[in-house]
This record gives sequence, C-alpha cells and structure tokens, in this order.
Amino acid sequence: MIYEPSLIAVFIFGAIVAVTLGISFWFGAKAKSSSGFFAAGGNIHWFVNGIAFAGDYLSAASFLGICGMIAFYGYDGFLYSIGYLAGWIVALFVIAEPLKRLGRFTFADALDSKFQSRSIKLAAAISTLAVSIFYLIPQMVGAGVLITPLLGFPHYVGVLMVGTVVILIVVTAGMVSTTYVQFLKGSLLVIFSTLLTFLILQRGLSTSPKNDGVESHQFQVAGPFDDNQLKEWKANLTADDKSTLTSMTEGAWENKGYQKQDIPETKTVIYWQEYQIETGEFFIAETQYKKTNADGSVFVNGKPHGLGEGEADLYSVGRISKLPNDEKETGPLGITGFFKTLQESKVNLWGSETIKDSDGSKTVIYFPKPTAGNKVLSPGNHPKFAGIRGDKFYDKLNFLSLMLALFCGTASLPHILIRYYTVKDQASARKSTIVGIGAIGYFYILTLFMGLGAMTSGAMDVTNSNMAAPLLAKSISEWLFAIISAIAFTTVLGTVSGLIIASSGAIVHDLMGSFFKINMNDYMKVRVAKIASVAVGVIAIVLGILFKDFNVNYLVGWAFSVAASANLPSLIMLLFWKKTTKYGITAAIFVGMISSLAWILLSSDTYKGVYGLNPADAIVPFSQPGIVTIPLGFITLIIVSLLTQNSLKKQVTHETA
Amino acid sequence: MADLLHGSNDSDQSENQETVKRNTRYGLILFTVYLCLYGGFVFMNAFAPEKMESFSIAGVNFAIIYGFILIISAFILALIYGWLCRLDVPASKSEDSK
Repeated sequence: MIYEPSLIAVFIFGAIVAVTLGISFWFGAKAKSSSGFFAAGGNIHWFVNGIAFAGDYLSAASFLGICGMIAFYGYDGFLYSIGYLAGWIVALFVIAEPLKRLGRFTFADALDSKFQSRSIKLAAAISTLAVSIFYLIPQMVGAGVLITPLLGFPHYVGVLMVGTVVILIVVTAGMVSTTYVQFLKGSLLVIFSTLLTFLILQRGLSTSPKNDGVESHQFQVAGPFDDNQLKEWKANLTADDKSTLTSMTEGAWENKGYQKQDIPETKTVIYWQEYQIETGEFFIAETQYKKTNADGSVFVNGKPHGLGEGEADLYSVGRISKLPNDEKETGPLGITGFFKTLQESKVNLWGSETIKDSDGSKTVIYFPKPTAGNKVLSPGNHPKFAGIRGDKFYDKLNFLSLMLALFCGTASLPHILIRYYTVKDQASARKSTIVGIGAIGYFYILTLFMGLGAMTSGAMDVTNSNMAAPLLAKSISEWLFAIISAIAFTTVLGTVSGLIIASSGAIVHDLMGSFFKINMNDYMKVRVAKIASVAVGVIAIVLGILFKDFNVNYLVGWAFSVAASANLPSLIMLLFWKKTTKYGITAAIFVGMISSLAWILLSSDTYKGVYGLNPADAIVPFSQPGIVTIPLGFITLIIVSLLTQNSLKKQVTHETA
Repeated sequence: MADLLHGSNDSDQSENQETVKRNTRYGLILFTVYLCLYGGFVFMNAFAPEKMESFSIAGVNFAIIYGFILIISAFILALIYGWLCRLDVPASKSEDSK
C-alpha cells in the first residue's frame, strides 16, 4: 500500500528520537572507562535493568512480527510469544546466577573463566558475532518497514537512519546509555500497548470497522451455489454494468479457478475466485491484485498504482464477516467476552498467490479466506504451522524443533547475556530477571489482543504483516499511530545498539585482547570498541537493505536456532558437568554454529526464499535445525571432553599449584 | 558442582557455597516444573492440535487458556524462586544482603 506521511507523526517521532539521543549523550558524558562502556560499571539498579531486559528483548520482531503474525494467522503468532517467554525460564533458573559468578564483560569471558584458553575465546567471539549479525538483520529490516508508512521514505532510508542513529548512541556512551534507552523504551512499549489493548476492548468488534469514519472496502463472497445458481449469479454480475467475465485457463492460470471481470465503465478489473467446498457446493469470492509488468509498470485492480485520479491502491483489509447472532456491532467487551465473541464469529483472513505470465509480468492475487473464529484462536493456520494438523512426521518435527529453539535460544543470546553484567551481584541479576519476565510476559499477553484487534480493524495492509500494530494504532488515532511507530523505532534502536555493543565487546576483548594478545590500555580499548561498533553498524546497514523482503520473525527464528545450537551446550555443560574440557567447549561451539547455519542454508525455506529454487529439492528434511543441532552440540562436547580428559588434569594441577 | 564455580576474579560476591547450592537446587526444581508445562503444551500442539479447541472455559478455548497459563505461571514461578532465594543460607554469619 502507499502511505502519506502525516505531520503529527513526523513531529512526535522526531521528538522521541531526540529525547532518546539526548539521554544517550547525557549519560555518555559520565562513562569513560572500558568497564563503563561495556558493562555500565556494574552499577545499574536491578529494576531499571529488569525493564531494560524487556527493552532489549522486545525487539522489532516481537512487537511488529508477532502482532503481524497474529493479525494474519491468528493463534500461531501467539506460539512465538509463548516460546520467546519460556526461554526466560531457562535464563533465570539455570543460567543467570552461575553466569554472573563467572565472567565480567562478555559471554566468552564467562565460558573461558575456568580455562583461559585462546581457542575458546576465538570460538565464542565468532559465535557472538554470527548470532548478533543474524539478529541484527531483522531489526534493520524492521526499521525500514517502519519508516516507509511513517515518513514516506523508501526502505533503504529507514535502514540508513537507524544505522546512523544507533552508531551515534553506541559510540557516544556505550552500555550505560543503551541501558537507559532500553529502560525508557521498555516502559513506553508496555504502557502504550496497555492503552492500545484497552481501546481495542472499548471499541469492541464490528462487521463494518471504520477508519477515519470511512468503512473499508467490503469484499463480496457469494454462495453456496449449485451449478445452475452459479451460472445465474455470474450472468447477473455482468448484466448490471455491461462488464465481461472470462474464465482464466491459459498458462500459469490453469486450474486456479479465477474469473476475470472487466468493467469498462470504471476501467476496473476484478478477479473472482471460484471454489468448491467438500459438500460439492460452489462459492465465488472477490479478490484484489497487484500486477507488475516486465517494463516495471504496476497496476492495481486494473488501474495504474497510485493515489491520484484514475489510479488505484490495494484496499486495506481485515474484518469479521459474521458476528454471533448476526449482530453488527458488539460495543465494549471484557477480556473473556472478547475471545468468546471472536470464537463464535467468522473472520476473513487473507492469502496470496503469485502468478507469473509468459510475457514477464507478475500478478499477485490477494484473496479472502473466511475462517471460523474457533480456528483462528487455535494453532495451525500459518503455512509454517499447518503441518501440525497433517500427519507428516517431519512437519511435526519441524514444529517441535522451532519451539525447542525458542526455548533454548533466549538464554544463549549474547546481547541478553551481557545484561547480566550490568548489575552488581547475583541477587540483582535474579531480581532484574524476575522484573524482566513480568514485563515481557505481560506484554506478550497484550500481543494477542493487539494482533486480534488488528485482524478485525479493517486497516491491515495485505502486502505487509509487519505493519499490523502501527496500522491498528492508526485506525484508532493518528496520535497513537505516531507514538506507537516512534516506540517501535526506538525498539529497533535499542536492540540494535545492544547487539552492536555485544559484537564490539567480542571483537575487542575476545578477538583482539585474548586471541591475538594485543595489549591495550583502557583508553585504547574503548577507542577500538567504538571503531568496531561503526564497522558492525555499517555491515548491519548493508544487510538490512539486502534482506528487505524477508519476514522479520522468520529471520529471528534463525538467530535463535544458531544461538541455541552454538552457545547453549557449552554454557550448560560448563556449569553442570565437571569433566568439560576446553577442547570440548571449542568443538561444541563450532559444530553447533556451523551445523545450524548449514542446515538453514540447505533448508526448503531458504531454497524458496533466498535462492529461488524448488523447495522440494532441499537437502535437509525440515527447515528448523534446533532439534538436531542442539543435541549435536551436546554430543560433540561430551565426546571431545571425554577424549581430552588429560588436559583437564593438567589444568587442575596447574591451578592448584 | 560448586567447585566449578570458583572462576570469578574480582566480582564483589557475598554468597557462600551453601547459598549457591540451595539456589541451584531450587532453580532446577522450578525449571523442571515449567519444562513439564511447556513440554505438555508443545506436544499437545504437535500431536493433538484438535484437542486445543475441543472445549472452552467461560467461552475461551483451551488453546488460549493454556497459553495464558504458560505466561502467567512463568512469572509466578519466577516470583517463587525470588522468594525462596531472598535470604542467604545462615551458614555465613550475616543476612545483611537483600
């Protein structure tokens, strides 16, 4: 869809970003030492740190991706919420305190505190960099996605803006300012999501949602018909406006059941989708489309793409087609009333299909999928989750694998791990995790309301699920839209700065300091860290532009899998198995990282999304690596450790000597 | 395993080994409780998704209720853990740390 920037939105947005930067400069003036840069001097109050955990964790993927996924596919998006939160249990009960006891600045410090091994530093630094960069891509893509409707700039401008602002934040102050930025953003996110949820419940559900007082386009679905009724209906359709109806059977259109209606009077083209349900009855549904010709010109529903006279843009979508008892509007609803009503309603979800013609043109058709409310509120609607309703074992394994990666990934994310070093002791680490879990869990409950509210708001952009939350806010008020967008943007800023700090820490401490043994004084370390931050920031900008068309949540799933496979086996075994050796740790990190990356690169999702190859040719049997590569990391660590027990004995005698 | 945890160099710890052991034990017990809840949820979704919508409580289906239970119980378990670990084991002389 095409968006027109609004002045209020730009103003509020600018103000919030300015305040964020101001805070960063303010605290930046106070932090000069390297411990201040990387770990905020270990002086952050546990409550602030806890909310900052939420700020770090509730990234663009959480906020934009999950709301969007719920808005487009219902309950399946909520599965991500549950998995992301469950990971915190691993962090709090298993990892947090021992980790805090072990290290000082980075994940590698912690892993290495027992062995002082250069190979561990190298492995941990590379895995930190790999995971951080993987996690950076969706954040940058999210930034571009946000900036387009808000300010009307193209995608790459958004990515450049975020990149520049973040580099400024990190270079000026390091961990202290990012902590306060995260605290601010975490609080704002929770407060405004609560407000949004309240307004959704107040508005209630309606079969004709209005935005700015205008009802969104009502797509027609006709049926059920038998053969004759269908013919009669088609005859009536073309009689009124002298249009023609053609069955699309040529080339790529064959067997797809589309009927093309040309309406000369309004120069409109509508594709009707005809389908037969199990009982043998026919339905016919109005769709919308966007066609890109070989010469680059774009047409929507028969007209040139645009907002001017004689031009057309895709309609906003998302509404309830039928409320219980054929009501039109429910009025304000309570929490259970909201779910109960939705469960007994019928909702139009949306699907899309791309058809490539022989003349080089590409038509994307967006069609409504009338879905029972009870289905919307239970798992299995998203294409990636649909397998759980089938009986293929690999599809189910793929689902288990994703849920395992989400569960194990949180505690292995470098930018989350470093936050344990910003408080003064284990008790504070524990308390801030509890605060973090409370804030994050509460927010994830809100995502379900926001997602479902967006689904029924009539304001969704059918081409971009990531925009669901901001557009929902826009359907309520322009102000709210501006604030929510600005918060989402600072969300990206905060997460990206955390990741860049984690990466620069890995470069300075682990790679340069410990692996290459370059001696640096405190001043030099901060200097080099800042240069490293700029470099990582630039890489992130480039990747954010390259990966423009990817779904953000999908990319985050990858990052979690790689993090869990590379880091978790070493962390857990180091803490709980006495026989762990430095060779075991090094091998487990490399094997976990490489195997999970390779699995992702050889999966059907990547074949389809990145290489444009036939997904059926993919080498690995399912897309999510976690269920194979996490155990593989553990097995590697155990085997290699057992084979190298001698080194451990030497180590112990050396230490006690 | 406590002997594994001697690596910290200059952090300002006041915990004694008894406290560390106790916290670890509580952590693992609570972790197991949550693992069962989460595991049950994931396996039900994978192998019996139709069960998730088969009944409702107060008009809200089981899928939503189980999801909310997982989120709320995570917070409750976290609070219980925080409460159990609030004091140091009195083996050390004082309980001054909060």
